[in-house]
Amino acid sequence: MKVLLSWLREFAPFDGDPVALGDQMSDLGMAVESIEHLGAGLDGIVVAEVLALSPHPNADKIQLVDVDLGDGESLQICCGAFNMAVGDLVPLATLGTVMPGGMKIERRKLRGEWSNGMLCSSKELGLGDDHAGIFVLPESLREQRGAEFRAAMGIELDVLYDLEINPNRPDAMSVAGVARDLAARMGVPFTQIAPSVKASSGTDLDGRVSVNIVDPDLCGRFLVSVLDGVRVGQSPQWLANRLTHLGMRPINSIVDISNYVMLELGQPNHTYDLHKVPNGELRVRWAREGEPIRTLDGADRALRSTDGVIANNADEAIGIAGVMGGASTEISDTTQSVLLEMAWWKPMAIAVSSAQLGLRSEASMRFERGADPEICELAALRFAELLTRVTEEAGADPVTLAKGTVDVRGDLSSREAIAVRTPRVSALLGAPFTGERIRELLEPIGFTFDGAGDGADVVQQVRIPTFRFDTATETDVIEEIARHHGYARIPKRMPAGVHVGKLDDRQIARRRVRQVLVGLGISEAMPMPFLAPDDLERAGLSDTPSLTLSNPLAAEESVLRTSLRPGLLKAVAYNQSHRNEGVALFEIGKVWRNEPSPTEPSLPVEREVLGLVVAGADAFEAARVLDLLLRDLGVVAPLVEQRLVAGLHPTRSATVALEVDGSPLPVDVAVFGEVDPRVLEAFGVAGRVACLEIDLDTLLSNPRGGPAYTAVSRYPSSDTDLAFEVADAVPASAVDATIRSAAGDLLVRLELFDVYRGEGVAIGARSLAYRLRLQAADRTLADTDINGTRAAVIGAVADGLGAKLRS
Amino acid sequence: MIDELLRIETVAIERIGLADSLDAVKSVEAEVMGKKGALTDIKKGLGALEPDERRSVGLRVNDVRAVIEAALTARREQLESVLRVAQLDAERLDLTERVGAARRGHLHLVTQTRDRLEDVFVGLGFTVSEGPEIETDWYSFGALNIPPSHPARGMWDTLYLNHGATMSTLLRPHTSPVQIRVMEQQPPPIYSVMPGRVYRRDTADASHMPVFHQIEGLVVDKGISFADLAGTLEAFTSAYFGGSITSRLRPSYFPFTEPSAEYDISCIFCEGRGCRTCAHTGWLELGGCGMVHPNVLAAVGLDAEEWGGFAFGFGIDRLALMRHGVDDLRELYTNDVRFMEQF
Repeated sequence: MKVLLSWLREFAPFDGDPVALGDQMSDLGMAVESIEHLGAGLDGIVVAEVLALSPHPNADKIQLVDVDLGDGESLQICCGAFNMAVGDLVPLATLGTVMPGGMKIERRKLRGEWSNGMLCSSKELGLGDDHAGIFVLPESLREQRGAEFRAAMGIELDVLYDLEINPNRPDAMSVAGVARDLAARMGVPFTQIAPSVKASSGTDLDGRVSVNIVDPDLCGRFLVSVLDGVRVGQSPQWLANRLTHLGMRPINSIVDISNYVMLELGQPNHTYDLHKVPNGELRVRWAREGEPIRTLDGADRALRSTDGVIANNADEAIGIAGVMGGASTEISDTTQSVLLEMAWWKPMAIAVSSAQLGLRSEASMRFERGADPEICELAALRFAELLTRVTEEAGADPVTLAKGTVDVRGDLSSREAIAVRTPRVSALLGAPFTGERIRELLEPIGFTFDGAGDGADVVQQVRIPTFRFDTATETDVIEEIARHHGYARIPKRMPAGVHVGKLDDRQIARRRVRQVLVGLGISEAMPMPFLAPDDLERAGLSDTPSLTLSNPLAAEESVLRTSLRPGLLKAVAYNQSHRNEGVALFEIGKVWRNEPSPTEPSLPVEREVLGLVVAGADAFEAARVLDLLLRDLGVVAPLVEQRLVAGLHPTRSATVALEVDGSPLPVDVAVFGEVDPRVLEAFGVAGRVACLEIDLDTLLSNPRGGPAYTAVSRYPSSDTDLAFEVADAVPASAVDATIRSAAGDLLVRLELFDVYRGEGVAIGARSLAYRLRLQAADRTLADTDINGTRAAVIGAVADGLGAKLRS
Repeated sequence: MIDELLRIETVAIERIGLADSLDAVKSVEAEVMGKKGALTDIKKGLGALEPDERRSVGLRVNDVRAVIEAALTARREQLESVLRVAQLDAERLDLTERVGAARRGHLHLVTQTRDRLEDVFVGLGFTVSEGPEIETDWYSFGALNIPPSHPARGMWDTLYLNHGATMSTLLRPHTSPVQIRVMEQQPPPIYSVMPGRVYRRDTADASHMPVFHQIEGLVVDKGISFADLAGTLEAFTSAYFGGSITSRLRPSYFPFTEPSAEYDISCIFCEGRGCRTCAHTGWLELGGCGMVHPNVLAAVGLDAEEWGGFAFGFGIDRLALMRHGVDDLRELYTNDVRFMEQF
């Protein structure tokens, strides 16, 4: 909502610094987004006539313009624009003028020719956006050659505020409403306009117009006036200027006055050519499903039963309630009598209708917030007054306002007084308020109080003004009290009492995971969770049912990820294409599958997972990171099984399972390996990519706590190296497990330190060399301990796994 | 004997002086002082002497032995020192000659900022709550006093999913659903913040992304007032931005709070003097806040006469950009390591 200071001043005597006034508006919740000082910086600009145009002898892009300032003298100007013709009136910045941008106009030579000023574009004058050509002025200024441009154009020094109005401020959608609020804050009286128009001068309205509100749940009030002897013409400059400043385009006097009244009083209104409304008969009802209408913008629309319409005596829709009028009754040059509609529509109806039709207009914006049902007569009179004035100014025959109105009411809920408890006000705002103070704050903005009220009342019955549709509860009123008291005057303090802040175990563990990964040189990425329809298939992950967006921004962002892998691979490909080789990235984020969540069946399955990729590294890199992470989190004995994992390298992938509380079987918690080369090719990634994915919901939801303390043995330890020739089919993890089981408690450390294939080892097998460290907690190991353990391990590995000890 | 002793001493000292390795020193030591060494032989012969002579010769033997041992030790140390110098010299490294720098990992800027915010709020007595990113209409809007077709729904461009009834399931446009879940799951008092990822149907540009991050806070307790809200945000402001930065609240509108406010901080770039970033106002808009609306408390079965609360929320991404002077939100999500490695 834009407002002009001059317009606000028609309602209340605002003086003082316009910027300070703006600060008060912001503080009242009407945030000033910008302040424009209109007409400033036009000193020294005069109206000039173009006498002659001639080419500049030394430049193509400049021409020589001779202008006359009304004194018959010719003045040469060099000008870079070519849009004007001889005889045109143009604005000239005379010598000494300081332009709004700060440039001072001086007499100077351009390529050898004198320039005695500058012709201006509308943008240079701060009056428009056109920078291409010189602002050619209206012919009506011909007799004002040499006059000050500002005076000639009727531009007043004014201040334009652009305000951001919240949805709960229907009153502030008008100049009058902003003025009322600001006047209360500034402590100056607010005076609503009082149109002086003689309605009695016209013919009687009876019998010419009738209104039937068929559906009272749509329309709370429908008031009709008729103006006769109308001549549709151009609006005077002052009216056109105000509309333009407030962001509306002047069209013709009727449309412009309609808009003026809406902006001024917040009451949207509609005009019909009375002669196009048979019998002057109007019916107000909900539309029929599919009901056709051609609207003012020329569009043919099919309505729905949630739209409201105004219909004629044939029950054909001639307007969409509160949203847009119909073409069939449009005002034209031949219109003589205007039927003026001032209505109050049910806000929710207009919100639904305008959203559904995709038509958000200045009118619908006001109706959906809740207009003032009791301003209809005043708005109609204001319309008539303005039309009368405009007609007079144009010197045309006078317009007459038909006597009386047709005023029909539908459902308008009567508004009960609201009990406002002074202690509640103080408690909610955290500052002491008295009944008197509450009155003092609310009365200037139109709230009234039942009973005399000595100011000491603990409970006051507050009546809400009709222009505050939003206000319906005690809390709503308290917000108004706080607003006018000033938020800044409410003290700042911390809630009393003891409350302990902390992260929970999972949050701490998640931070720990991130820190470990960062310590390993892996950086955290955040790819978008949206995928293109074929991304999952390209990643070899199409088996998991995915969710799709019903209103995606683009098809490439229409699928929700079921895995972090496609996003991370795209990030790797992006980096490789920018010569960032060897990137190591991880992400912790949500993935979804299109299946009901076991805990909340109305939602799909959502899990938090860790994804990790290292470009240029093999599967062992993923295994190393996995081992380190699991050990860091206190996970013991993960069950690693090499097997096919969708989208991973078929012979270089494995799963990890854990024993979990409450589950009889180990639960899969991670996959790792390398990304399938075919997938890498599909994503345009070169080289190998190590990959690890961990289900954090499982891993972090089972906190292992701190491991129990084991005393460090004070007795010497002994190392034994054993190398076995093991068939390739037997995983090292099996050898590892067999050794641990056979060695028993004496084994304190087991390390696979060498893997060898080649001479001396059978084809289809490899040598696995282990170092066992044996130690007892309570004694120095005897040779028999060491030899016994060694023999047991060799026997178990040989018997259990068919492996052969190498010597 | 004495002569013999002197000769042994002279020869030994000479040979020790000529020994050019630790092994050579060792062999001299063996030849003189070993089991079959010259000095040992003399010692063995002492028994055959008269007692007087035995004593005087014995004393001389000990003297000679001490002299030779001192010479051996000196020579050893000398040789060891030479060896050490040679060894160390051979081990010399040019420590500026480093091939292949170690890879350093970087937390995402949003994570860094989120952690910092969480830490400040933990310090102010808040826990951290999380919830699903795919939500129902009820948790995202209905319970927050935004019934279907409420005009305020236009304040969020929501992304909906093809799941369940039309428009029943969505990507949460704010973290407020977590507030509802927290109030459902635990009885007051509640002091908690809700950081997390949110989604809007916004085309990516320098200041918008369809995916970004918010942190909200919720307090529900007895006797909570607007003053508590203002004080808590003031405490957060000075803790997070520094003691010279202050906060202010301006009237605003949100369906789920009343009274509602905009939360501004004095400009962190000019400290309130006015600069380009704050459009010469001296203030930066950070987020929204207000007293929890009675309808929201009612939606989770809390009596608004007994319990009161406040809530606030703001964006994390913008704070991340502000701290490092990044001017384009999209930079956070390109995952270009040349960007990530700067933080």
